[in-house]
Amino acid sequence: MESVARSQSAADPGASASNDKTLIYRQSRWTRLTHWLWAISLFFMLLSGLQIFNARPQLYIGKESGFDYSNTIFAIGAENSDAGPRGYTEIFGHRFDTTGVLGWSGPAGQETSRAFPSWATIPSYYDLGTARVIHFFFAWILTTTLIVWFVASTVNGHLRRDLAPRLDDLKRLPQDIVDHAKLKFHHTREYNTLQKMAYGGVLFVLLPLMIITGLAMSPSMNSVLPFLNDLLGGRQTARTIHFTVMVLLVAFFVVHILMILAAGPINELRSIITGWYRTDPPAQDDNTAERSA
Amino acid sequence: MAKFEISRRKFLTGASLGASGIMLSGCDAFDSQLSVGSGLRSFLENANGLTYRAQRLLAGRDALAPEFTEADIRQPQRPNGVTAPDDDTYKGLLANNFADWRLEVTGLVEKPLSLSREQLQNMPSRTQITRHDCVEGWSCIAKWTGTPLSLVLDQAVVKPQARYVMFHCLDTIDRSLSGDIKYYGSIDLIDARHPQTILAYGLNGKPLPVENGAPLRVRVERQLGYKMPKYLYKIELVDGFATVGGGRGGYWEDNGYDWYGGI
Repeated sequence: MESVARSQSAADPGASASNDKTLIYRQSRWTRLTHWLWAISLFFMLLSGLQIFNARPQLYIGKESGFDYSNTIFAIGAENSDAGPRGYTEIFGHRFDTTGVLGWSGPAGQETSRAFPSWATIPSYYDLGTARVIHFFFAWILTTTLIVWFVASTVNGHLRRDLAPRLDDLKRLPQDIVDHAKLKFHHTREYNTLQKMAYGGVLFVLLPLMIITGLAMSPSMNSVLPFLNDLLGGRQTARTIHFTVMVLLVAFFVVHILMILAAGPINELRSIITGWYRTDPPAQDDNTAERSA
Repeated sequence: MAKFEISRRKFLTGASLGASGIMLSGCDAFDSQLSVGSGLRSFLENANGLTYRAQRLLAGRDALAPEFTEADIRQPQRPNGVTAPDDDTYKGLLANNFADWRLEVTGLVEKPLSLSREQLQNMPSRTQITRHDCVEGWSCIAKWTGTPLSLVLDQAVVKPQARYVMFHCLDTIDRSLSGDIKYYGSIDLIDARHPQTILAYGLNGKPLPVENGAPLRVRVERQLGYKMPKYLYKIELVDGFATVGGGRGGYWEDNGYDWYGGI
């Protein structure tokens, strides 16, 4: 499969520099296709998810939501003050003024009480029903894509060759952290240790946890998998984890984009669109040679 | 293979055009495409059918919703939606402590019924401590007592062509140009005959309070709160939704919620 993909793409105009030894075919079509399907799905799931959250902008720990007692650990809301309505965000009892973004936002003079602002939700106006339609549509795309990617990556060796952690990765870790901190990037065929950890963490921890906590919130799935909420600490804890994973995925996205910009956006984008990636010229100094061994 | 290449390229072009469109115009970019009945929304709604079938396949007929213990009841059941119906009919029935209230069972049945509260309470009952999950995202655990809907259906003898149970309620949920809209909603016969599906008249050991749907409300424990109508007065066995409201099977469904409501 891999060789078919290589020869096909080699006929591409982008591969005209095929005797250029630094240009390598790095990302298979499966990696590229699933990458973009995730990008689109996660975009819509995030914005529809924030809309869904707006219907009940509180997070709780436990089986249920405390109304006569408090098990709330996170809340976004609006309150009146001497200076007019203010938006606030409360995390573990600590309250922050977030007027204009969280709790109270909108065009000047037309502010409304809403947890996440209209520019961060789909639809922009309050519509829980539509957000749910969008969220579950893309939930199917995301989950299917994850399964397709896992099968394809097992078959074409992407998992074993590029993502599986090796003893070597552990040895490289300290140097890798230093290199990233200095924004010094090595363009090799292999992922570096931090990259493996980030991609592996998203694909094997965050996305599965997102799907599991999503299912745990479904009353119908609770009848099929009653142990899920017991493991997670109750339906409302599952909802809180679902939200937390969202925050981590957004953090991953921000770092991902920053790293692409720092490492060379043209080269990085080309590799995830066409598969072809320009690596560093053969090593001149011992240090680099050792690293890409 | 060649075909795949072209479609992928088109897809990527479309995706990046779409993405840049979003960047330029903010997230109201999709608003016009998302109202009930519009093309894009109808397309996305296809996934609701898939979700429904997947849940049916996995959950089967009789898988039970988790039940809890007395220790898990830590607060009164939180009411939502209409909590004090302003309808004259309802207020009249309430003034008389529902002595004149009847549950009508009509539509595709061999023997239409008209049951008083006493008649319902004299039938075998089921008590269950379950978690109420609102579509908004909150949950609340409470103890519900009521008559299994399957017993009522057996007594009325459902005709073979019936496919759904339509619930008609006494409370006005909305007003339109053509008059007041009373709450309505439906479930299919599989959920209607589920062992935990009850017509509840008791909450946490006491008669069902007005704010939670007195004198009678539905409990469908594998679905979300909007699937459990309150202030019930009529159960109609139907073979489709065309004749009721906007034809999507319930008040909230007519306003864009998915019909099954299992997730």
